[in-house]
Amino acid sequence: MELAAWLILLLPLISSGLIGIGAFRSKPVSAGFSIGAVTGSFLLSLVMVANVETLHTSVNWLAIEGLKFDIGLQIDTLSKLMLCVVTGIGSLIHIFSLGYMKDDRDFSRYFGFLSLFIFSMLGIVLADNFVMMFIFWELVGVSSYLLIGFWFEKPSAADAAKKAFLTNRVGDFGFLIGILMVWMLFQTVSFSELQLNDQKEGALILSGLAGFLIFCGAMGKSAQAPLHVWLPDAMEGPTPVSALIHAATMVAAGVYMLCRVFFLIQGTWAMEVIAWIGGVTALMAALMAVQQDDIKRILAYSTLSQLGYMVMVVGLGGDQDDHYLITGVAGTDAAMFHLTTHAFFKAMLFLGAGSVIYACHHEQDIWKMGGLRFRMPKTYWTFLIGTLALCGVPLFSGFFSKEAILVVAFKESMPLFLIAVVVAVLTTFYMTRLFIVAFTGDARSEHAMHAKESPNVMTLPLLFLAVPSVFAGYFNMHEPDPIILFASVIAVVFGALMARALYQNVDKDPLPAKLGIVAKAMNKRFWFDELYQWLIENVQENLARIADIADRWIISGLLVRGVHGSTELAGRLLRLAQTGNLQTYAFWFTAGLVAVLIFALS
Amino acid sequence: MIEPTLSHYLLVSGALFSIGLLGVIVRRNLLIIYMSLELMLNSANVALVAMSRFNGNLDGQVMVFFIITVAAAEVAVGLALIVALYRKRQTTEVEDLASMKL
Repeated sequence: MELAAWLILLLPLISSGLIGIGAFRSKPVSAGFSIGAVTGSFLLSLVMVANVETLHTSVNWLAIEGLKFDIGLQIDTLSKLMLCVVTGIGSLIHIFSLGYMKDDRDFSRYFGFLSLFIFSMLGIVLADNFVMMFIFWELVGVSSYLLIGFWFEKPSAADAAKKAFLTNRVGDFGFLIGILMVWMLFQTVSFSELQLNDQKEGALILSGLAGFLIFCGAMGKSAQAPLHVWLPDAMEGPTPVSALIHAATMVAAGVYMLCRVFFLIQGTWAMEVIAWIGGVTALMAALMAVQQDDIKRILAYSTLSQLGYMVMVVGLGGDQDDHYLITGVAGTDAAMFHLTTHAFFKAMLFLGAGSVIYACHHEQDIWKMGGLRFRMPKTYWTFLIGTLALCGVPLFSGFFSKEAILVVAFKESMPLFLIAVVVAVLTTFYMTRLFIVAFTGDARSEHAMHAKESPNVMTLPLLFLAVPSVFAGYFNMHEPDPIILFASVIAVVFGALMARALYQNVDKDPLPAKLGIVAKAMNKRFWFDELYQWLIENVQENLARIADIADRWIISGLLVRGVHGSTELAGRLLRLAQTGNLQTYAFWFTAGLVAVLIFALS
Repeated sequence: MIEPTLSHYLLVSGALFSIGLLGVIVRRNLLIIYMSLELMLNSANVALVAMSRFNGNLDGQVMVFFIITVAAAEVAVGLALIVALYRKRQTTEVEDLASMKL
């Protein structure tokens, strides 16, 4: 079993290595390696789920006096669930990519990167200590960078990749300091040892700070405000990548990590911060999504908003009880539950969007689509299921997980509960808007007019994902609470009706005329990018300029060039003495001798 | 007439040495420099012989014989070199012998 656990982690690495070494020459071979590896990992994960309760294995990596790091795998309910999500959705998206990337010149490179990403992601899921998790955390950052910038000839893609990488670095800096603080407080980074520690004695403020700093890592990866700006831009990558990394798995890594180390933040002041950041992100992103026109961007903001939900509910905490199957705590359980269902239906929505984009010749503006319902029936139906699940229509998976979140919010914090309900209304609103505009009505462009259903290799993964999108909710169902049920159903109906009234049979968005500046603010994402641009131009640029002056004039000018200059000057002066004339040397020699004699004799 | 003492001999030797050194430093003709060098050697001989004579010790005089012998050999080699140089370059002025200079 231990071997199997290691194989889950290493298969994608092997595949990525093989593709890098030589298999890239042949498209089918590299795709075969990559898909084989990820489905292999998926099957092994299923074996794990069936046969293993918990498993912990580790090899020592580094051991010096007072410092010990392991590379270890931890398999428990939490990581088993996440393994299935990552490898399961990963397999389907690999297959989808076969169709979507068919004509791409760098097909093999794409699959190599995809395998690398799966490897890094599994590393995070299986890590049994902070250091290992951090290593894979960064690896995920790299592979995400590579995949967002996959079409690096396009300046916007290259910029988006850089933006994602740099924004993540900001969060990871906090994460790293947080890990060091944990190390300082408890002298260990292993999760199991940390869990045994009684960490609450006297160091509540410090451990709260450590918890908050660790959350900074999640803030970067899971794109929480104010580090959310990279995720919408990351949609520049190929659509399957958006589905896999920027909807289902990598962005969920932050939430997963918070659940994994929940015992560290439990009961500290960091909880409240986390809950509010999550709530604010959810609300803000939902508002932004209302006025976007790019199909992938709408989904991206929706992802942000749903991640905000998960982070919020982690921060709310809730009661501990064994009937919360995944983690034993209401908040993290709801977060992981929503993470799972969201991963399925959001991946499906993204793949659906990919299918639409593929059919419309890489047109992403929903106002140039329309009427796709009859031209792309499979995509239409699966997209409908995804939309219903995301909106939380009863009996679809999203309904159950969203309700779990609302229940916790209702118990723990009224303001956040209200925010969550508003977000639910907005979610339904923007998804219905997207759906009505893109799929119903008349085609608004040539490409949409002649759109054809995508090939089977792309629609089959959609159908496969549709199944868990509907049914994934039933495995963790709880007693429904009538108030919550009422609230969420009202939210869905209200949002849907409003969107229907506004967007049925229209050719352009009526909202900007009605809301004016507010709609513009939503469309411009509340000017976050502009604010950061301004900050960078005015603060960071000036700091950089000062540093540049210090470097140019003090370090390089005074110190480096000073030493080099004075040496050179001395050399030039001494060179004058080297005439090459033997008699001059003889003269100096004699003069020296006379000087020594005078000195010695007097 | 005064009896010459050691100081007189040493003064003569020092004067000869200084003249020789001056010649080595200021003259530009290799042959003259060479002669000046010989002058310096012989000033040392004078000093050695004088020391030996006034201290009643023959070691210095033995030393002088050696020096004369070696100097003779050295002159033979040195003059041969100068002649060879002259044949090659048609000059013995040191300023013209600057082909090794950068």
